[in-house]
Amino acid sequence: MKTIQTIIASLLLTAGVAVFLANVSRAADAASTPSITPKTMADALHAVMNADRTVYTKNVVNRLQNQEHVITASEHYVDDKALPLPAQMFRMGAEMVASKDPGFSYALLSEWPINKQNAPKTDVEIAGLKFVAEKQGKENYYAEETLGDKKYFTAVYADVGSAPACIKCHNSHEDSPRTDFKLGDVMGGVVIRIPVDTK
Amino acid sequence: MKLRFKWKPWALWAAVFWGSAGLAASLFYNDTGRKFFLPGPTTHGHHQIELKCSVCHTPFGGVKNDACNQCHGAELTAARDSHPVSKFTDPRNADRLKSLDALHCVTCHAEHEPHVTHEMGVTQPQDYCFHCHADIAKERPTHKGLPFNSCAASGCHNFHDNTAIYEDFITKHMKESAVRPKPLVPVRVLVAKAVPLPDPLPAGPADVVHDWAASAHARAGVSCIDCHQAGKTSVMWIPKPGVESCARCHAAETAGFKAGFHGMRIAAGLSPMTPAMAQIPMKPSAAHRELSCNSCHAAHRTDTRFAAAEACMQCHDDSHTLAYKNSPHFKLWQAELAGTAPAGSGVSCATCHLPRKSRYDENTDTTIVTVEHNQNANLRPNEKMIRTVCLDCHGMPMVLDALADRALIDRNFDSLPSAHVESIDMILQRKAAKRSQKTNNTQPQ
Repeated sequence: MKTIQTIIASLLLTAGVAVFLANVSRAADAASTPSITPKTMADALHAVMNADRTVYTKNVVNRLQNQEHVITASEHYVDDKALPLPAQMFRMGAEMVASKDPGFSYALLSEWPINKQNAPKTDVEIAGLKFVAEKQGKENYYAEETLGDKKYFTAVYADVGSAPACIKCHNSHEDSPRTDFKLGDVMGGVVIRIPVDTK
Repeated sequence: MKLRFKWKPWALWAAVFWGSAGLAASLFYNDTGRKFFLPGPTTHGHHQIELKCSVCHTPFGGVKNDACNQCHGAELTAARDSHPVSKFTDPRNADRLKSLDALHCVTCHAEHEPHVTHEMGVTQPQDYCFHCHADIAKERPTHKGLPFNSCAASGCHNFHDNTAIYEDFITKHMKESAVRPKPLVPVRVLVAKAVPLPDPLPAGPADVVHDWAASAHARAGVSCIDCHQAGKTSVMWIPKPGVESCARCHAAETAGFKAGFHGMRIAAGLSPMTPAMAQIPMKPSAAHRELSCNSCHAAHRTDTRFAAAEACMQCHDDSHTLAYKNSPHFKLWQAELAGTAPAGSGVSCATCHLPRKSRYDENTDTTIVTVEHNQNANLRPNEKMIRTVCLDCHGMPMVLDALADRALIDRNFDSLPSAHVESIDMILQRKAAKRSQKTNNTQPQ
């Protein structure tokens, strides 16, 4: 009987030591791993998204469609054998990222959306898009919001019409609710959400 | 002396427990016995593989999207799925997910629940569009007052595949006449170069050698061992080569076959499908024919013309099939077979159900026209057929109406449709309203 008690006590002691060491190691790792704030992360993500989007808009779509008349860009790019629109390119990327579950999400929204599903709907989206439009894209909007029982750090960045291709398309599309955009106008916003662990 | 065995209570319980467990296990690991574990009948789409639980179910993990995507993923990608899961993972849709959990295929396509299963295996109430598009009439005044259970049921919209019925596509085709000026389907690209027949011909039964010598296989230099040999490195002779043998040269066709109702049992590692297992009318005389490539393409003749129509009629016994020989489509097919009409003008069963499609192969960086061997790929919903088949010969207005006319489909399109899909009318109304709005806006006040 004593032997069994000794074995059980030894096993419990070993397990306790293992759990203690694991936690110490994790705490040490956390202390030594550099961390960034959600705002820094969102700003960095947006810098990449914005650069890629601008390059595609100016150096691909605007150059080939508007300047050199080589190929058009179309909402139905497969059927029309055309280039995807810059907004579609952006959304395709967002959907591909979403399918990988990377721990953040992003969307391209507008107060004047061609597809009404891309209109702002949460309070933060509504306030954020209004704010960046009023500030002419000179300031970003940051807030926290709770969606589906989860808390998010949400950043809204102005989406500026950077090439004639953007303006021409939005001003002439039959479903566009606004048709007086000019180059440099804020046409919508990029919304980046990062879940915030409150535990 | 009489021996008396007295059960102790624990022994009785143990015997009952292990006896039941043993019986359950023996039933579960037996195809016939597994039927007892089915919680209810499966849908038309899955009944063939219902006894292979592991195709859909992950042990202790339910039915995961991955299982669905394994068979349906490529189709959804090709259809540029209008509602992919990735659209709903965005937190801004969290409120919508509370009403309809669109992250999981089984939310809308539950199995074993026939009492709530509608067309396309949908197990949600048919007005599901309401959850996200309740205010559609604001954006589309033409939709005011339309019931939400009519969105997908009227031939106007689908949840996943709208490639042939989106507004701009219909607009592009809405002025087309019932029959196109040159109604022709694409011509197949034969990849093998013709070679002379060997002299002397291979040894073998006279009828077999005769059939083979007249076949496309002989013209392409495919000889007996290419099919009857077990593999490139094996010299073992297979008397009756199966699907895998054909797949060595016809990989895309075999993959299509396995993806459809004809070959899905083989793909799941079950015995081949037979017409007796089908849930649609089949000829009793064909009940026990096992489906393989040779069911339609006779082993040595490989006659694609026979495979395109007569082969189907060997088994299928539904009204649409039975009406085929009285249809205008059949007359065109006869004319093509007789050589009095150009190639590609005839309409066989395969013309619509195993259509020719242009396929880009990344490995060879070439685009070729091949035959889609998944005969279900463009059937459900049947609007999928518009792009892959119908528009080759017909105009959009008639096609939309014809595919919505169930009685006409049963009569195999023997007349013009009497049903009417309102998509084009609504598009015209919307365009007229936009024009009038524009005119009002530009008029001086």
